[in-house]
Amino acid sequence: MALSRVNAVIIGAGAGGGIVAKELAEAGLSVVLLERGKWYSAFDCRKDDLRNERTGPLGTGFGPDEERNPRVLVDLDGTERVFMPNENGYQNNAGCVGGGTFSYGAMAWRFMEKDFRMRSTYGAVPGSTLDDWPISYADLEPFYEKAEYEIGVSGDLSGDPFKAPRRRPLPMPALFPKNREYQVLRPAAEKIGLHPFDIPMLRNSVPYNGRGPCMRCRWCVGFACEVDAKCGTHNTVIPKALATGHCQLRTECTAKEILTDSGGRVTGVAYFDGNNWLQEQPADLVIVSAAAIESARLLLNSKSAKHPNGLGNQHDQVGRNLQGHTYSGATGLLEEEVYDDIGPCASIAICDFNHGNPGLAGGGMLANEFIRTPYQFAGATPKGVPRWGEAHKEFMRRAYRRHISVKGPTQEMPVYDSRVQVDPKMKDYWGQPVARLSGGRHAHTIEIARHQAEKAEMWLKAAGAVKTWLSLAGPGLSAGQHQAGTCRMGNDPATSVVDQTCRVHDHDNLYVVDGSVHVNNGGFNPVLTLMAIAYMASDHLKRNWKAKG
Amino acid sequence: MKSGPLRRRKFLQIAATAASAAAVSCGGGKSPWRSFTAAEAETVAAIADRVVPPDAEPGAGQAGALNYLDRQLGGPLKKYRKAYREGLAALDRLSVAQYGKAFTGLAAADQDSLLSLLESGKAPAAEWKPSQARAFFELVRDHTMQSFYGDPRHGGNREYTSWRMLGVPPASVRGRNLYDLSGEGLASRPGRTKWRSRG
Repeated sequence: MALSRVNAVIIGAGAGGGIVAKELAEAGLSVVLLERGKWYSAFDCRKDDLRNERTGPLGTGFGPDEERNPRVLVDLDGTERVFMPNENGYQNNAGCVGGGTFSYGAMAWRFMEKDFRMRSTYGAVPGSTLDDWPISYADLEPFYEKAEYEIGVSGDLSGDPFKAPRRRPLPMPALFPKNREYQVLRPAAEKIGLHPFDIPMLRNSVPYNGRGPCMRCRWCVGFACEVDAKCGTHNTVIPKALATGHCQLRTECTAKEILTDSGGRVTGVAYFDGNNWLQEQPADLVIVSAAAIESARLLLNSKSAKHPNGLGNQHDQVGRNLQGHTYSGATGLLEEEVYDDIGPCASIAICDFNHGNPGLAGGGMLANEFIRTPYQFAGATPKGVPRWGEAHKEFMRRAYRRHISVKGPTQEMPVYDSRVQVDPKMKDYWGQPVARLSGGRHAHTIEIARHQAEKAEMWLKAAGAVKTWLSLAGPGLSAGQHQAGTCRMGNDPATSVVDQTCRVHDHDNLYVVDGSVHVNNGGFNPVLTLMAIAYMASDHLKRNWKAKG
Repeated sequence: MKSGPLRRRKFLQIAATAASAAAVSCGGGKSPWRSFTAAEAETVAAIADRVVPPDAEPGAGQAGALNYLDRQLGGPLKKYRKAYREGLAALDRLSVAQYGKAFTGLAAADQDSLLSLLESGKAPAAEWKPSQARAFFELVRDHTMQSFYGDPRHGGNREYTSWRMLGVPPASVRGRNLYDLSGEGLASRPGRTKWRSRG
């Protein structure tokens, strides 16, 4: 039996869905926010280095449930394997209220102007669907600013000459005092003519929004913040949405399909509630914000006579161009100790190599890494050092406190055949076809990533590294926490899924608001862009709603 | 810390029980472990001690690799139980074929050679298919690293052995009063355990 009708149902309480919920609820719409995971709090920071969202041999930190949500990954050689959420091939993003923002490292980057005009800047890249966005940086600028102020960003961009134009400074200063790695890397970068500056982060450096500042512990990326200093949608916009009285958050509710009437018009969502009962939630608007893989899967699983290939998929575009970030960089061994146990460790970045690299269609930001746990570092030994035994133990003793790792998210060349499909055989706990991931990285992405790694190595050598080794990318699929691209934004329905306002082509009341709509993923952690797009889409939704009366 | 010596004593008791059980039953009879026979347990501990060998500081065996694996194979890692059962038996077959005795009876150097053989994927096909041998080695290597370098709550890294070795302080007590971020506070964090690395 159907539940009572609401104005909007949003699937996924992550970075995108949380913002849309708050914006619509404050505008007076009745909203139901569905989330398949739980609502954790700061008290769920277990500081467990073997069970968190970054490293999970013993399980994920914050979902999704390890036994109910398998996925199928098809390797480049055609081998099919089933993965559970805590395993590396799964391409997981946390499943909980706040989504990835609950446990992320919280870097808060605006894309650059060129990131929205990749095709115009670099021309066509053979074998890639690299394209311009239908919107520009200037269109998004006010919404970047809104995200920075409403969710909360700290940092100091004064040293970054490459940043896109902005009207207001960041609302919070950079973290202080600086950690040891920052003190080593800053003069080294300046010495070789680079432009280092403080990483902008969705993290309180001073009291802001009623929460205290970062306490500089090492349990950061992959963990819940123990003092609630990381800013996600779970501790900003979602509580605000609930405070309006117009928004109901339903946790542990897993969407089954989007419902349509006989004319093909979207009428609501069918989902399994926490007791595994099938519920139907009718709504005037349906907003899909389940992250690039699950949003595509939900559209593909919503089949009907009018939409035999799933919703928004009449041109076989849903699930295409799956991408993430190709992380590459270098690790350097110094003579002096640099480990100071001051989190989050990641503190200093350069944008000298995002664009303008000779012969390359892109680049990316480079920054020092978050603190590596001993177990993570034990698996990251350079070539020539045994992976076990006496020599490995000796290496750990010598290198752990003396290494710095500089890495960055390399801009990826989107690939049409890197994609999400629904598996013909494998079903999840509720009997729904699971996501089937296939494809790989573009060869040019790997070239760019190598260039970035060499630049990271150069920086580390300038910082006094006596030994360095590169982290390079293989050809396999890339998605993970930065997953994007599967419901591309564009003006042409034949090559995209949503329009400039995140509305699915040919539907008047179905929207996708998450990383799925990214035409490309920039050379930056994508969350702030995703948030800005969510504010932009909400702005459109509200104005449209009022216009209709 | 009062619980430290007690926990170590308890461990020694369990280890002694395991050893005597193995001597009496040769792996067949009652095992004090949940996921291993007594003989399997001995082999697991022996492999762990080659993956992270004891030197001036304890190896993975003394730090509780067996305890970690025994617990986790009964929980999050349960899908690997079969791989362990088959892999440990195959390792002993290979050991007997090459040296005339079980893995635990070999000298450390011979144990290392055998494990290197598995790692290289060149273990004789009579005992292994090469891919399985390598996969088994990778499994045990990774799990041993988890036990030695991971959080002690999971049954390994006894008394923070590895963190002490690396100079990484244990997880702080909840709350912020231990964090003095004024200039000097960064150099000497009051109230926090200071461990110096030996490297």
